Amino acid sequence: MSDRRTELESAPWSGRVRRYDLIKEGVAALVIVAIVVAALSTLFGSPDDKQVTFKQWAVAAPADFYATAVQELAGTSGTAGYGAPYNTASDGVNLGPLHLAKWAGVTHPVDTVNDFVITPLTTVANAAPVADALKQWQGSDAKTQSTWATNYDTALTKANQDASKVPAGNYGPVPALAGGLLTMAQAGSLDGALLSQGNYFQSDNTKQTLFLGDGSYFNDQSTASNLQGSTWGMMNETGRYPGQAWLWLYSFWYQIPPFNNGDNHPFGANADAWIMLIMGALSIGLICMPLIPGVRSLPYKVKIHRLVWKNYYQEENL
Amino acid sequence: MSADIEKEMWTSKLRKGWQKNLPIEKLLPDTQPAYVASWIYLFGVATLAALGVIIASGLVLSFEGASWYHYSSVGHFVNSMHFWSVQFFFIFMVVHLWGKFWMAAWRGRRLLTWITGALAFVGSIATAFTGYLIQTNFDSQWISYEAKDGFNSVGIGSRFNVTNFGQMILLHVAFLPVIIGVITLIHVLLVRAKGVVPPIDAFNNELGERK
Repeated sequence: MSDRRTELESAPWSGRVRRYDLIKEGVAALVIVAIVVAALSTLFGSPDDKQVTFKQWAVAAPADFYATAVQELAGTSGTAGYGAPYNTASDGVNLGPLHLAKWAGVTHPVDTVNDFVITPLTTVANAAPVADALKQWQGSDAKTQSTWATNYDTALTKANQDASKVPAGNYGPVPALAGGLLTMAQAGSLDGALLSQGNYFQSDNTKQTLFLGDGSYFNDQSTASNLQGSTWGMMNETGRYPGQAWLWLYSFWYQIPPFNNGDNHPFGANADAWIMLIMGALSIGLICMPLIPGVRSLPYKVKIHRLVWKNYYQEENL
Repeated sequence: MSADIEKEMWTSKLRKGWQKNLPIEKLLPDTQPAYVASWIYLFGVATLAALGVIIASGLVLSFEGASWYHYSSVGHFVNSMHFWSVQFFFIFMVVHLWGKFWMAAWRGRRLLTWITGALAFVGSIATAFTGYLIQTNFDSQWISYEAKDGFNSVGIGSRFNVTNFGQMILLHVAFLPVIIGVITLIHVLLVRAKGVVPPIDAFNNELGERK
């Protein structure tokens, strides 16, 4: 672009002008938008599907809740094996040699055994079997605890999460602890205990959310509402409402190979990190678009601007 | 005060720079170049209008609390105003952005105007996202559960924890609106200071280029 052209295009306009009431335009726009928004709000309201509680989960799907509690004790749940920023159980996803999540460290430590099961159980008065089970668990070493929980988790999985079909075995207090937590959740006491962790003020729902996500019930609710990431859920909303449509491009990458295949290495298995990288690069590209050769020339080649300035081009015979 | 002393003062430098680049006639113009005559120009002011409704409804919601709209019909209406104005805000802004792209609106030393506009768009996505996280309903539970993986995957989750309601609500009602507000203000002032970009072929005659 020539310096002379830049000079001309940046200079104050000396050609024909027309009347323009800036304030009137602004006020009119505000009033019209407010009226349209108020009308839509009156007619359609806004989405508000009730939150999922642990009581709801434990009552509606007790076997799933019970099995998830066992997995938290055995260390086989999604959270227990997640890695940073919750624990060191795995390296997490990577961008080739870059293990950004691991390098960022464990900043929100989550101990699924104690945070999700043992500590909440200690906040309520338990019936004798659960109280005894707690004593037995707390009086045992970590290796024994792990053996009990792993044995029971394996047996419960083989029995398709049906505790009544689990054969007798070396499970220690694990069945009683999971049963106690189920009772606690069904009574509606677990939500608060998970959040507070023995404190008064608390506004971090991380532990609740992670525990909720470890079970199948929460995921099933999401599938029913068409919110899963594999079905453009990122830009969907509950009910028949528009969602975050502006996330369409972010959501798009999760729908196509290799990112839609978790078994694909290295991209599908690390899709979250690669897509974050792609979107970060595209965002920088948008911000710097006028500096990108080729892209910045498109408006000159595709003459959509002639529609924008149709009257001007006609009047000036351009 | 001597001219030399005044020259060294930051305040006088700012005043003179402001008066030179953005006199009141530019800030509040009553005329525009004749080429500013297309419906596409309305989407900039429409975006600002939607932002105004977002801020007004958001202020009411912030005074009443995050759970108010679950049990109050007035609260639900105000929340709906917030919801729909956000939808319109993005529709208007995206059309505005595309319009400016096809007009190559960064011409004539208007690069910073484009950059602030694009930053406002990206920042608005982040702001809206945190808003979805603090709805205190099923949608916000699920979004926070799913989104954590994206942020955790590149280490951002170690500092920006989407499952931390307290952090998200503070970012949504305090930090991010201030950032968006400042960027938007700079963007609008730049538009006023630099003027509306002229048509691409407006100076072909002066430049001796073929029409």
